[in-house]
Amino acid sequence: MNIDMILSSLPALFAGAWVTVQLVVLSLSLGFVLALAVAFGRLSSNRVISGGTGVYVFLFRSTPLLVQIFLIYYGLGQFAGIRESFLWPVLREAYWCAIIALTLNTAAYTGEIMRGGIQAVPFGQIEAARALGMSRALLYRRIVLPQALRTILPAYGNEMIQMVQATSLASAITLIELTGAARTIASRSFQPVEMFIIAGAIYLAMNFVIAQGVRWAERKNAAAG
Amino acid sequence: MLDLLRFGSDGWGDEIARGAGMTLAVAILAYLIGILAGSGVAAAKLSGPAPVRWLAAAYTTIVRGVPALLVIWLLFFGGSGLIGWVAGLFGYSGPVELSSFAVGVTAVGIVSAAYAAEVIRGAVTAVPKGQLEAARALGMGRFLILRRILVPQALRYALPGLGNVWQMTLKDTTLVSVVSLAELMRQAYLGMQSTRQPFLFYVTAAILYMIMTTCSEALFRALSRRAERGVRRAVNN
Repeated sequence: MNIDMILSSLPALFAGAWVTVQLVVLSLSLGFVLALAVAFGRLSSNRVISGGTGVYVFLFRSTPLLVQIFLIYYGLGQFAGIRESFLWPVLREAYWCAIIALTLNTAAYTGEIMRGGIQAVPFGQIEAARALGMSRALLYRRIVLPQALRTILPAYGNEMIQMVQATSLASAITLIELTGAARTIASRSFQPVEMFIIAGAIYLAMNFVIAQGVRWAERKNAAAG
Repeated sequence: MLDLLRFGSDGWGDEIARGAGMTLAVAILAYLIGILAGSGVAAAKLSGPAPVRWLAAAYTTIVRGVPALLVIWLLFFGGSGLIGWVAGLFGYSGPVELSSFAVGVTAVGIVSAAYAAEVIRGAVTAVPKGQLEAARALGMGRFLILRRILVPQALRYALPGLGNVWQMTLKDTTLVSVVSLAELMRQAYLGMQSTRQPFLFYVTAAILYMIMTTCSEALFRALSRRAERGVRRAVNN
């Protein structure tokens, strides 16, 4: 094993890890907001809205993420209308295509998790809030969402860890994130196994941080409830 | 535009169909590896000696914590070295090269096994202890208990989870396209390169994956219903 070789590759690996962190944080936060809309859309009494979000969830959960990434990165560029539109500066960049695909993908999965969490809130809670004269917005903010979020925390923690791994697919559209960086160094140097082991250790460290965060949030919420 | 998907020498239809067949072959083989190795890992976790338990725990934690793509690259770059080293122990010193099919099936199988192990472990612990005690009291041997009591009941608890593992395994096969195995994603990529119609080819691939995931979901639901045929419920679903 060549220690110098490994040490000199660390900056590139950490640069890749930083891109991974950006992808995870951006797509998880955008995806969370979109997932709320998806959950409310699925629960809407309006048939068109609930049907439309249902189709969206089905499309994104029944196809592999790699197809979604390629469709957005390569597929959309086929149309002259898109290449000439104001969206092109964004859709031309692998970075933003990856974030869009990851966001849409996690929102479909998280939306279903949230829908389950909202439906699990006992109806008596909602009746009581209504009897106290709470408005719909206040009822959701104070009663439904806090309880729903507490229920979904373990499942959402898993989804976050899956997302860390999902960002590796961005390397398929030329983005040098952690997996891409490890692969690039591996094919240049003669230390492929070491590179992938270090990259794997960095992924495990990220998961550990997320798992600890979820555990902390669970403890904090359990104490309040 | 759709005539690009014709079958025969002037269209991509047969290439795409062969790619879909390859995708299914990789997925099914990897899933079988996953179930078999996963059962072994679950058994190791449940009743192995302490060092074996730790190894099994390390395996499931690490493999479920790193991207499947990383496992594929690791095997692609490091697999032939490892096999060459093992072959060297047996006195073989020629060059060793792994086919992309072998790398793909093994890598996806390794990931599948880690998730399957967790599902199977959970299902086995869900079987009531009294069932096993009763079987032992009746004088059943270990294998008879396994065959008649443990597996049929554990299978019922495991089926929904194993269905999820299958869906994940099927989707993970797309990643094998990075080592140029001619499965569905790879064929769509080649079609896109020669025709400059990426949207057409990836939408076709997406629809084929959708058909595969939807059909297999229905199959697993039917299996679940069959496995639950002896269970009484307050409400039939």
